Amino acid sequence: MTVGAFARRHRYRPLEALPWVAALAAAIVFPSYLPLGSQILATILFALSADLVLGYAGIVTLGHAAFFGTGAYTAGILAANGWGEPLTGLLAGALAAGLVGFLSGLVVLRTTGLTLLMQTLVVATLLHEAANKASSITGGDDGLQGMDVWPIFGIFRFDLFGRTAYAYCLVVLFVCWWLARRLVHSPFGRSLTGIRENIRRMHAIGAPVVHRRLVIYTISAALAGVSGALIAQTTSFVGLTSLSLDRSGTVLIMLIIGGVGQLYGAFIGVPLYMVAQDRFSEIDPVYWYFWIGLLMVVVVVFARGGVLGLFDRFRR
Amino acid sequence: MTDTLAAAVSILFHGTALAMVLYLISVGLSVTMGLMGFVNLAHGVFAMLGGYIVAGLMSRLGVPFVIALAAASVATALASVVVERLLYRRLYGADDLDQVLLTMGLIFMSVAGATYFCGPLTQPMHPPRWLSGEVDLGFRSFPAFRSFLILCGAALVTLLWLGLERSRVGVQIRAAVDSLRMAQSVGINTSRLFTLTFALGSGLAGLGGALGADLLAIEPTYALENLVYFLIVVAVGGLGSIRGPFVAALVIGIADTGFKYLLPELGAFFIYALTMVILLWRPRGLFGRTA
Repeated sequence: MTVGAFARRHRYRPLEALPWVAALAAAIVFPSYLPLGSQILATILFALSADLVLGYAGIVTLGHAAFFGTGAYTAGILAANGWGEPLTGLLAGALAAGLVGFLSGLVVLRTTGLTLLMQTLVVATLLHEAANKASSITGGDDGLQGMDVWPIFGIFRFDLFGRTAYAYCLVVLFVCWWLARRLVHSPFGRSLTGIRENIRRMHAIGAPVVHRRLVIYTISAALAGVSGALIAQTTSFVGLTSLSLDRSGTVLIMLIIGGVGQLYGAFIGVPLYMVAQDRFSEIDPVYWYFWIGLLMVVVVVFARGGVLGLFDRFRR
Repeated sequence: MTDTLAAAVSILFHGTALAMVLYLISVGLSVTMGLMGFVNLAHGVFAMLGGYIVAGLMSRLGVPFVIALAAASVATALASVVVERLLYRRLYGADDLDQVLLTMGLIFMSVAGATYFCGPLTQPMHPPRWLSGEVDLGFRSFPAFRSFLILCGAALVTLLWLGLERSRVGVQIRAAVDSLRMAQSVGINTSRLFTLTFALGSGLAGLGGALGADLLAIEPTYALENLVYFLIVVAVGGLGSIRGPFVAALVIGIADTGFKYLLPELGAFFIYALTMVILLWRPRGLFGRTA
């Protein structure tokens, strides 16, 4: 890449409008699938947040559901206890998840590799246990029910067909994506890539590595919290699975299917995964796991970089 | 006073039994981690496979328990060689992420495969007649099967340590864990060593899974549910260490049993909290090398 190309890489390209055009087109073409569509949009945000730590900072985590679930339960518990205002609910979800991210990051990010992986998993397992045991607040195994989410701005009521929910998710996703895009193209974001590529050199040139990893971990956790809060508000339900290893694992899969560290992997991987799951898991959820497992093995062994990687290879 | 003592003895006994199972399963994971730097989340699949083989051989074919155990560990070791040669080998030295995804994929496939072949229910594990009931040790009696489990575990651990300490292969493994490149330069066939170690670790895991079937129930989600336990034992023990995971397994096994006995409501929390505290104090684990 020439210097000019480096200088231009943060500029918006026409292709970047594609996900948004596709999201609007999908809403018009498949109006009966809007509830699934909103879930896909919210999950894209979750995968995007995971991409920030995984793809940019190179922190491999098996516990990202901890933040998703914290956001979901925060928004859910607020709405179930008389505060159903959606935007402050999102904010509360983001703050709570960010706090969990910051505090756990203080401990977890001191280690590397398998130990780090294990600790992220332990944090999520701890929260899962806590949510399970505190059933008077969270509903435990049955999940949190009885949420009353107010209309957005007091005007837009969440309707039965999921139109409001879809628009709401789309706008929130857009704002978060814009923030994330600014973030990764900022000097801060560049230094994260540096940390991923060569952590010792970044230490050597005096970059505050520990601090930066903690910051991105916290931001990513907050975004994951927003995503969880979105799903809680639009489905009026929070279950224990929102904190499970299953969710932490599948978000990695969705991301790897799309492509890691490119900001757009989430936009490709999540719809592919969730639409396929919607189609196949009706037939048999158990076999779904088999095929998704096989797909992961094949992707890792033969198609590193996911769909975006294949696309890059094809272009070259 | 006697009640407290009885409770303490009981916690120690059952905690040690759990520790044996955790160690047998996790030691292979620790060594492969130290030797090849491979994050093998699917290690629990081999333990589960061992459990299924023993349960199947005993209930369907009426094979005696001890023979079924031996068959299970051999079969698991052989299966692991196939997986290692076909898949793992390609990812030595690759990103953590790729290894995590590959092995998560294998876990998912194992969940579906186990459900397909054996159904979604927990496999019943009936100990043979000579191991059911209790053994009387004079001052009190213990369940025979768990006593057998502890004795078996202790014997295997002793054999393993002696083997690694005294045998030629053991020396080679320790050398390769210390410095892979140096080991290669002095002419050790590390590729064959990897496969051998992997098979040994998986065989032990299969044995551990089968022996510990009444502690960690054999069901399709086995590898997913118990993953955190195995990872804790390895990380707390120190990657690549052989004795570290043993100490870690004892700490985790006894603490877990104790907390769950004393505070059944909050039992599981303490073990995770304890893990975090130990790693705050020693990020490389109890016996990890400070590099």
